[in-house]
Amino acid sequence: MAITEEQLKQAEERYEYGFHDPETYVFKSRKGLTPEIVEEISYMKGEPDWMRQFRLRSLKYFEKRPMPTWGADLSDIDFDNIYYYVKPSEKAGRTWDEVPDTIKQTFDRLGIPEAERKFLAGVGAQYESEVIYHNLQKELEAQGVVFLDTDTGLKEYPELFKEYFGKIVPPNDNKFAALNSAVWSGGSFIYVPEGVHVQLPLQAYFRINAQNMGQFERTLIIADKGSYVHYVEGCTAPTYTTDSLHSAVVEIIVKEGARVRYTTIQNWSKNVYNLVTKRAAAYKDATMEWVDGNLGSKVTMKYPSVYLMEPGAKGEILSVAFAGHGQHQDAGGKVVHVAPHTTSTITSKSISKNDGRASYRGLLKVHPEAEHSKSNVRCDALLLHEESRTDTYPYIEIENDRVDVGHEATVSKVGEEQLFYLMSRGISEAEAYSMIVTGFIEPIAKELPMEYAVELNRLIQLEMEGSVG
Amino acid sequence: MEKSLVIRNLHVNVAEEDKEILRGLDLELERGKVHAIMGPNGSGKSTLSYALAGHPGYEVTEGEVLFEGENILELGPDERAQRGIFLAFQYPMAIPGVSVQNFLRTAINSIRRARGEQDIRVPEFRRVLNEKMDLLRVDRGFASRYLNEGFSGGEKKRAEILQLAMLDPKLAILDETDSGLDIDALRVVSNGVNALRSPERTFLIITHYQRILNYVKPDYVHVLVDGRIVTSGGPELALELESKGYDWVRQEFAVPEAV
Repeated sequence: MAITEEQLKQAEERYEYGFHDPETYVFKSRKGLTPEIVEEISYMKGEPDWMRQFRLRSLKYFEKRPMPTWGADLSDIDFDNIYYYVKPSEKAGRTWDEVPDTIKQTFDRLGIPEAERKFLAGVGAQYESEVIYHNLQKELEAQGVVFLDTDTGLKEYPELFKEYFGKIVPPNDNKFAALNSAVWSGGSFIYVPEGVHVQLPLQAYFRINAQNMGQFERTLIIADKGSYVHYVEGCTAPTYTTDSLHSAVVEIIVKEGARVRYTTIQNWSKNVYNLVTKRAAAYKDATMEWVDGNLGSKVTMKYPSVYLMEPGAKGEILSVAFAGHGQHQDAGGKVVHVAPHTTSTITSKSISKNDGRASYRGLLKVHPEAEHSKSNVRCDALLLHEESRTDTYPYIEIENDRVDVGHEATVSKVGEEQLFYLMSRGISEAEAYSMIVTGFIEPIAKELPMEYAVELNRLIQLEMEGSVG
Repeated sequence: MEKSLVIRNLHVNVAEEDKEILRGLDLELERGKVHAIMGPNGSGKSTLSYALAGHPGYEVTEGEVLFEGENILELGPDERAQRGIFLAFQYPMAIPGVSVQNFLRTAINSIRRARGEQDIRVPEFRRVLNEKMDLLRVDRGFASRYLNEGFSGGEKKRAEILQLAMLDPKLAILDETDSGLDIDALRVVSNGVNALRSPERTFLIITHYQRILNYVKPDYVHVLVDGRIVTSGGPELALELESKGYDWVRQEFAVPEAV
């Protein structure tokens, strides 16, 4: 039942979404990063001066900050060998008919129109750096819900941007947040007015399509008092031979009594560095939920975080990471209890296959004022092979005695006895592995919209095809 | 008579300990009959069941096993199951996050695909599952629980019998299914086995005690001592064994003490 390197390679080459469209771009910046390129990006977008200055300031922060050395190995990233801005077509398409054919084909292959037909409230699909297709159902517009690409959002809602943009994740927060702040393009801007509940998930797909092109989308979500929205992003990317960089920033403001859920299934191709800063601030009695699945990429460093700013705020982080051959998933979550009577849970599940490495990295911080706060952290790791690796870095900083904090971590290996038990029922070894893995992440998969749960399971099955041996 | 399974001169080592457990075992199972194997601790009962199901930790060093005329020793455990061999485990494994019904449907479809058949349709699957659960007096809520996770000893054994009923094997091996069961659970399991008896299905019930044989009447009883079948007979042999003990067998059949 052993599998050869060749078979393993073939399985990886079958990678379903690894197709590649011919490049037909209207504008592509030069490789590398200089103040001139940043100016050019801002000029091309026709941005207000304050944003241009924000970008230039951010570039300085980026240049000053050293590369982080505490997480995954990032030494192979060559910042001079990356395109920082590519604009695929002249303007954002308003209807499906206006979307260029090649791009449409790509979306067809990703199944977007079908997904839309089924239950999507609105689709903002990001192709390269620019959102090219945007559709929002009329009833949402009537409710006053704004769902735009971030560039358009900046044009149409400058006051909201001045107030919130770059406030939750300041440009000098970390090196990659600074990079994103300098060259950001696209992403989603969502505003949900007071008391409005968006019933169906808002959804966007992301892809990287040009070789060596970084993708730096920027998302800003503002949920006003008592509102609710679920935002879903699915990322699939074609496979390339040279390394790509994806570095996004997501900022979310959850106002009093509001609830936001943000779901990600990340499946970047196996050469992408995925370095993302996601952060939310939750105010009085507000709830923020991150559901974060990381399957693809070469390296992921991502720790969705919640700042619990006022009493009654809740944060929940569910994280799944799957690290196959040559991958390092450094994922987890971060919760900061700033106010009293706040609660949080972090649940992390990681799977390591072959020589894959999955790390849980989490921070739980309780400020002196945050008495009567509660937090529970649980991380489970599943190892499929002898050479698989997992690490746990649970940082806990508690500056108040009157808190209730629980932490639990488990590591398990797929045992010969479990495999034999399943196989003795006629199930193949590969399917037995994938059954154990999907069972392991079931507590998180059941939190996903059904289509995503199905896609997640299918992606895992695909990953498991080459795992036997 | 029609043979379901023929075992000739089977020698099996436990790979980890490199110790020979089965030492030239011969056995023939008649199709559609219930065969019981009785034996003391350490006689090789579980080794036999694992070896027949294809556990990689049990190494066959000599002999042959023919199932429906085919040598199965080169087949993996999944391929043996696909041909119709089922092992009810003494200690079934928990598979967290996988519901009983998902697991059963995957198993049924794996077997069907291997036989070139279509997948079972969901409504048909539900119907058969409900029917079998009712037959075995299993609560219907059972189907959505995670397989063996948090199950009591009795529930695990019932789940094994439910799997047997759903997978519809030609040969069902029950490895000490009666161990650790109270009398009520034993009755439920035994009734289940009786309900699943058919001319197409052969049973091999492996047990230490005669107790289960009060409920499931065997056609044949074989006695396993020190890695060999030392004697075979009808149901009366089980009773004799129960009253006289395994020492009697050793003396009667001049079995040397295990080394």
